[in-house]
Amino acid sequence: MAETGDGKKEEADYKRLHSFPLIRHTDMPEEMRVETMELCVTACEKFATNNESAAKMIKETMDKKFGSSWHVVIGEGFGFEVTHEVKNLLYMFFGGSLAVCVWKCS
Amino acid sequence: MPVPQKTGAAKAKQGPNSLPKATASKGTKAASKKKDDEDGADLGEGGEDWTQGKTLVKPPDQLDLTEAELKEEFTRILTANNPHAPQNIVRYSFKERSYKAVSSVDQLAVHFVLDGNLLHRDSDEARRQRAKQGLPEENPMDAAVETDEEKTETPAAEAEEEAGEEGGAEERPDSVEVKGGGQKAANQFNFSERASQTLNNPLRERECQTEPPPCANFSATANQWEIYDAYLEELHKQEKIKEKQKALPTKKDEDKGKKKMMMVEMQSDDISKVSKAAKIVERMVNQNTFDDIAQDFKYFEDASDEFRDQEGTLLPLWKFQYDKAKRLAVTALCWNENNRDLFAVGLGSYDFTKQGRGMLLFYSLKNPTYPECTYHTTTGLMCLDIHPKLPHLVAVGFYDGCVGVYSLKEEGTQPIYKSTAKSGKHTDPVWQVRWQGDDMDHNHNFFSVSSDGRVVSWTLVKNELVYTDIIKLSLEGSPSDGTEGMQLPTMACGTSFDFHKQIDYLFLVGTEEGKIHKCSKAYSSQFLQTYDAHNMAVDAVKWNHFHPKVFISCSSDWTVKIWDHTIDTPMFTFDLNSAVGDVAWSPYSSTVFAAVTSDGRVHVFDLSINKYEAICQQPVVAKKKTKLTHIQFNPEHPIVIVGDDRGYVNSLKLSPNLRKKPKVSRPRPKGTHNGSAVHSPFGPSMIFLFFFISFFCRHSYIPIIT
Repeated sequence: MAETGDGKKEEADYKRLHSFPLIRHTDMPEEMRVETMELCVTACEKFATNNESAAKMIKETMDKKFGSSWHVVIGEGFGFEVTHEVKNLLYMFFGGSLAVCVWKCS
Repeated sequence: MPVPQKTGAAKAKQGPNSLPKATASKGTKAASKKKDDEDGADLGEGGEDWTQGKTLVKPPDQLDLTEAELKEEFTRILTANNPHAPQNIVRYSFKERSYKAVSSVDQLAVHFVLDGNLLHRDSDEARRQRAKQGLPEENPMDAAVETDEEKTETPAAEAEEEAGEEGGAEERPDSVEVKGGGQKAANQFNFSERASQTLNNPLRERECQTEPPPCANFSATANQWEIYDAYLEELHKQEKIKEKQKALPTKKDEDKGKKKMMMVEMQSDDISKVSKAAKIVERMVNQNTFDDIAQDFKYFEDASDEFRDQEGTLLPLWKFQYDKAKRLAVTALCWNENNRDLFAVGLGSYDFTKQGRGMLLFYSLKNPTYPECTYHTTTGLMCLDIHPKLPHLVAVGFYDGCVGVYSLKEEGTQPIYKSTAKSGKHTDPVWQVRWQGDDMDHNHNFFSVSSDGRVVSWTLVKNELVYTDIIKLSLEGSPSDGTEGMQLPTMACGTSFDFHKQIDYLFLVGTEEGKIHKCSKAYSSQFLQTYDAHNMAVDAVKWNHFHPKVFISCSSDWTVKIWDHTIDTPMFTFDLNSAVGDVAWSPYSSTVFAAVTSDGRVHVFDLSINKYEAICQQPVVAKKKTKLTHIQFNPEHPIVIVGDDRGYVNSLKLSPNLRKKPKVSRPRPKGTHNGSAVHSPFGPSMIFLFFFISFFCRHSYIPIIT
């Protein structure tokens, strides 16, 4: 029991510590990067249980803000190889278990 | 005009024919219908009558006329007037109660009237007729045609009409076809279709393509362990940064000076890194360029000294110059005590008429081509002093009477402290400044002397300079001596001063009048002693580094004098045949001093070798006109720097004969002379003292009481 308790505590700790957004790779300009990151965080928090809705929200908002043909992938595990327009890619982790990849390619 | 008349006649003749023609055509029609078996094609064509008319069918009632009668011309004139109209119509006018002739007569004559019997087939009348005859509505066109024909023909001819239906039917299909097309021609009898086509412009193809937006590929794999690892790494990083930030403030508390350095290092961006590298490269280049000079500086010893019998030479080394300082005179020189290759140069002007900007430069022996540091000032710099313990602090005095303190650590080109008119600045040029030890509250302070006759102590308190007048130099020996008639206390003009090396309250002030006053910080209104030293302004006065009683003074009256401060008259007087700008004791021997004169020569004396003449007299500037203004010994190396009035600073190496250290091993005679009562910690100074004393005794310049 103690071990499981510890495990739970650790997990909670991990969740708490790793809740911040962590940008893994981006070539966006500063302003755009911050905006996109905030948008991703908002979407993931709003649709915490539904990645599809979150991705949809991000995509639609990005289309509106920065012109069309944005693509969004959200998931806990996936691999990808994409072609993107330069200065239009953001790959980040969020919440300790989610990976979000946002890119533009028209 | 016979032709138109003929036609006119012809028309006139045919005119009567036209009336019966309609009936005649009906007649012919009727006749033709009777014989339509023989010649069906010709039937119903009105045009046939005209073509056949050419075969002169004479009406039966035509007159037979002879040829002559036919050729007879009847001339008729056609007028618009009606010849049958009555000309004399009168009407009764009730108004005037008389008959009056009517002027306007109706000229219109009607020859033929035919009432039309055509109906529009859409009109009510036509519909009514159709209804009456029981014709179907579907074929309104036929009906219309029929009704038309019926109208034209008399009802009596209806029977005949039925018989002629065949002939009518021949025409009808055509008309039905034309009309059945649905197009209603504007004019069904006379129209023509014309088509034309304009030339089409030639087409040309042109295409272009924009560059596609630049794309890049990116691939990655996201899974739980990678995400976890990334987060862990980031957390570690953050912790490290936090530790650093924690470490910084503790250091800050420890040492303020270090903190500043750290901050500077932290803030240093790429450019400053480059500048550091550039500086190193500059030094290396200079080292290469001036390699021979550096070799001379380090190793060259004038071998000829051995054969020259005590005399020595000066070897010119680097020449320090700065383009922007060319027209200024060197007004002050000072070595940095900590970094002994570094010295400060004050630039200004001694000429009253040519006052202007000034400059403070810092040169290193390692780079003679360009100053390490420059400060531009709006007024000429007259003196400077580097703080002996805090070498970044430089006190300066200006021609306009201001004093200031520059800090080499601070960014910016302005002094960190500067006196203002409010805070007791001098009213005349400041001739000398000198740092003193910190006061009771550990505030840095320095002294200054100016032509306005004040010796002022300046204390650096937080961000301002606090001043204290130490002494005011009155013109007479002591301030109390002023005659009663003089209301204004006339001030002596201080030009130089020097503090005693050991007795910290004691100091000497040289004045423009040629007097030297020995003063104490304790007595602000009295001099301890006044020496009637020179006939002109005292340019420098300096205590010996080793002997506590001896000081030296120089003046524009060509002389350098050496004094014992307890004695009113000089012990030595040297005439250098030119105005003496500056004099300096050597740091390595109590008996060696050097002086510069305005004829461009440097004089080096060693009293232990020659008490009467210089052991080296050497012109060091190329042009005769150049005046030397200042000289300073390097505290460590055997070189002196001399400044001239063109802004150049020359460094000279002293040959071995000029830097002989006094022999230490002379046994001390015990308790015979009063001089021995002073137990100086400096070996050389003792020897110097013995020299003096024996010298004095032998020549009895001054009475010595033992």
